[in-house]
Amino acid sequence: MQLRPILSTLRHHKLTAMLLTLQVALTCAIVCNVAFMIANRIADVLMPTGIAESGLSTIQSIGTDTKQNAQALHETDLAALRAIPGVESAVAVSSALPLNRNDSFGPACPSRQVFDQAMRTSSLFKGGDCPLSSFYDGTPGLLRTLGLQLVEGRDFLPGEYTAKNNPSVAIISRELADKLYPGQDALGKVMILGGNALQVVGVVATLARPELHGMGDGYLSVITPQLPDSTSEVYVLRGAPGDRERILKAAEAALFKVDPTRVIDQDQVQTYSQIRDAYFQRDTTMVGLLVASALCLLFVTALGITGLANFWVQQRTRSIGIRRAIGATRGDIRRYFQAENLLIVTMGIVLGAVLAVLLNLLLMMRYELPRLPLWYLPLGGLVLWVLGQLSVLSPALRAARVPPVVATRSV
Amino acid sequence: MLGYYLDLAWRSLKRNRVLTALMVLAIALGIGASMTMITVLHVMTADPIPGRSGQLFYPQVDPRPMDSDNTTPDPPDQLTWIDAMNLLHASEGVHKVAMSGGRVTVIPPQGASHAFFVPLRSTTADFFPMFDVPFVDGSGWTARDDEQRSRVAVIARDLADKLYGTPHAVGRMLQLGKYAFRVVGVIDQWNPSPHFYDLGMGNYTNQPEQVYLPLHAGLDLKLSTYNSITCWGGGYFPDDNDMRKATACGWMTLWVELDTPAQVAAYREFLVNYSEQQKALGRFARSPNTRLRDVMAWLDYNHVLPGSVQLQTLLALGFLLVCLVNTVAMLLVKFLRRGGELSVRRAMGASKRAVFAQLLVEASLVGAAGGVAGLLLAALGLWIVRQQPVEYAALAHMDGAMLGATIALAVCATLLAALFPAWRACRIVPARLLKTQ
Repeated sequence: MQLRPILSTLRHHKLTAMLLTLQVALTCAIVCNVAFMIANRIADVLMPTGIAESGLSTIQSIGTDTKQNAQALHETDLAALRAIPGVESAVAVSSALPLNRNDSFGPACPSRQVFDQAMRTSSLFKGGDCPLSSFYDGTPGLLRTLGLQLVEGRDFLPGEYTAKNNPSVAIISRELADKLYPGQDALGKVMILGGNALQVVGVVATLARPELHGMGDGYLSVITPQLPDSTSEVYVLRGAPGDRERILKAAEAALFKVDPTRVIDQDQVQTYSQIRDAYFQRDTTMVGLLVASALCLLFVTALGITGLANFWVQQRTRSIGIRRAIGATRGDIRRYFQAENLLIVTMGIVLGAVLAVLLNLLLMMRYELPRLPLWYLPLGGLVLWVLGQLSVLSPALRAARVPPVVATRSV
Repeated sequence: MLGYYLDLAWRSLKRNRVLTALMVLAIALGIGASMTMITVLHVMTADPIPGRSGQLFYPQVDPRPMDSDNTTPDPPDQLTWIDAMNLLHASEGVHKVAMSGGRVTVIPPQGASHAFFVPLRSTTADFFPMFDVPFVDGSGWTARDDEQRSRVAVIARDLADKLYGTPHAVGRMLQLGKYAFRVVGVIDQWNPSPHFYDLGMGNYTNQPEQVYLPLHAGLDLKLSTYNSITCWGGGYFPDDNDMRKATACGWMTLWVELDTPAQVAAYREFLVNYSEQQKALGRFARSPNTRLRDVMAWLDYNHVLPGSVQLQTLLALGFLLVCLVNTVAMLLVKFLRRGGELSVRRAMGASKRAVFAQLLVEASLVGAAGGVAGLLLAALGLWIVRQQPVEYAALAHMDGAMLGATIALAVCATLLAALFPAWRACRIVPARLLKTQ
C-alpha cells in the first residue's frame, strides 16, 4: 500500500480532512475522560463495606414517650424481633451503619501523649496524627449480625458493655489500625477517643464508614461496646436474603405490638441493599448518563466518517474507474479508502490524546477529579480506530464495486 | 428572493437525502443533549422568590472565640439564640423573621393510624407576608401570638388533606406529641426551589415543611431534631433538647427585608456596631466579622448548584461542539461539490453575496429541522431527568423561553457552522469550473 497517492488526495481535501481529524480528536478527548469518570464511579459503587450485606434489613423506631427505660425497651423489642420466624439474629444500634449517612465521628489518637500534643497545638480536628474516625455502637452480637470479619483479637465480653458513655475497650478496622500503629500490633494498645481511653481488643478486616468523606478515608472505623441509650434506635435484623421484605413487615408489626405509640418512618424500614443503593444513587445515575453520552458521541462521529467517506467515493468515482482500468484490484481500492481513514483517524487520535490530557487538567482544577491514567489514551485510540474502520467499511466496499468501464464514460 | 433560495435549498437537500438526514440527526442530538442540561441548569439557578430576592437579606455575625477549631474566616452560617433575638428585636430592618427547622411527631385525630413525623418550621409572624406564602384557608398568626407563645399552627395543604380530608381546616385541633395546637391557616402547595430560606433541609427538597409554629411555642416542644447545628469551643447539646440554652452553637436563621440601598448600607453598619457592642460586653472575642447577603448571593455562597449538574452541562456542550464540527465538515463537502451549479449562477450574474446568502438559507433550513428534532430529543431528555430519583427531578420542565432558545440555538449554531463552508464555496472561480464541464 502506497501512502503517496493518499497523501496527495488528502492535500486536495485539506479542509475536510482537517475537520474530520478535529472531530475525531474531540471525540477521543471527551470519550477518554468520560470513560475514566465512569470507571471511577463504578469503583465507588462496587466498594466493599466489610459487612455481609445480603441478609441484612434495618428498621428505625423512635419512641414518643421519653420517660421509657431505653435498656428495658431494647430488650423487649429485641426479644420480640428474634421471635419472628426467619430472623437469625437481631441487634440495636443507636443510628450509625455503613453507608447510611448517620455519621458521628471524631479524632482517634494512638496514645495519650499524641492526644495531649494535639490539644496543645489545637490541631485535634485537623486530621494528622489523630485521624477522624467514625464510631459504631450496638448491643451484644453486633459483629455476628453484621457479619464482620474479626481478623485479630476477640469480640467484646458481656461485662464490657455499658449504657453510660464510658466504654473501656474497642474493636477497630484494619485501616485504622494501620494508620494509628503502622508496623506494630494494634492489640492491647490504648487509644484516645474524645478524651476517653480505649484499649484495642480486636481488629476487623474492613468496615466502611456511614459517610465516606472522600475516598481514602472511608474505612476508618471504631466499634465500642456502648449500648444505645435512647428510645430512638435502629434495629438490624439478619435473615434469608429473599425473605427480607416479609421479615421487615413482621418486624414493624412486632414493634408496634410492644409499643403502639412509637413512630416508624416508612422511609427508614429498609433492606441493606436499599441503604446502599440510596447512598450511591447519584453515582449510578451519573454512570448511566455518562455511558449514554459517550455512546451518542461515538455514534455521531461514526455518522460523520460514513457521510464524508460516502461523499468522497461519489466524487472520485471516475478516478476509481481509471485506477481499476489500469490494473488496480477491488481489494486495492477498498484498502485505499481504509488506509485513508486510518491515516485521518490516527492524526485525530494523536491530537485527541493531547486534548484529553488538557481536558483532564481542566476538570481536575474545577471538579477535583483524579489524574487520568495514561493507559486510557491508547485504549481510546483503539476504540476510535475500530470505529473508523467499521464506519468506512460500507463506503469502501461501494468504491470497490465501481466498474472499470466508468473510466471510459464522460461525465 | 428568499422564496427562490428556499426552493433551491429544498431541491439541493432532497438530492442528497442521506447526507441531509445525517446532518439533521447530528444537530438534533447535539441540541437535544445540550438543551436538556441547559434547561436543568436554568430551572436550578432560577430565582426562588422573583421580585423580592433583592430585598431579602441574610445577616451573619461572628461570636466564635479566638482559638476556635474552625479555620474558615467566614462567620458561622447560622446565628446563636441570643444574637437572633437581639437582631430580631432591634429597630433596624423593615420586616424581620427568625426561624429554625426540625421535625415533629403528628398524632392523627382518630388514632386509627400510627403517629408520623413531618418537617416543622418554628418561626415568627412575618414569615408568611415576607415570603409571599399562598394560603388556601385562614392566614398566618400575629405578632401577639408570637409574644404570648400561643399554641396555634399553620399547616400545609397536604397535611390538612391527610388529617382532616379537607384543606379547610381552620379551627381544627392538631396534636403534636403531647400538645394540641389550633390550626389558624392552611397554605397551598408552596416549595421554593432552591429552598433558599433554610438550606439545612437540603438545597432542593421535595419534602417541604408541613407544620409552621410560632417560634417560642415550637421551641417549647423541646424536640431533639434540628436541621443543622454548628457548635464551637465549649458548645454542647443541652440535655433537655432546649437549644436556647446552648450559648456556643449557631442554629437560628434570620432574614431581614431591606427595601432601599440606604437601608442596606445602614443595616451593614448596624451589624458592625452590634458586633463591637457585643465585643465590649465580652460576648464576642473577634473584631467585627459580619456578612449581609441577599437571596441570590446567599445561594451562590452556599454553592447550591450540584457539581454533577455543572459537569453534565459541560459534557453536553462538548458533545454539541463535536456535532457542530461534524456539520461544518458535511456542509463543506456538500457546498464544494456544488461548484458547478454555483459557477453557473455566478456566470449568469449572481453576486458572491447572493450565492453566500443562498447557501446560508440552505444551512438554516437544516438548522431549523435539527432544532425541531432536537426539541423532541430535549423533551425526551427532560423526561428521563424527571424519572431520576434526585431532589431536583420534578423541576426539570421546559418553559416558553427555553423552547424559543432551543430553536434559536440550533439555527445560530448551524449558521455559524455554515459560515466557513459557504465562504469557501463562494471563492470558486466560475470560469475554471465551467470549462471543465
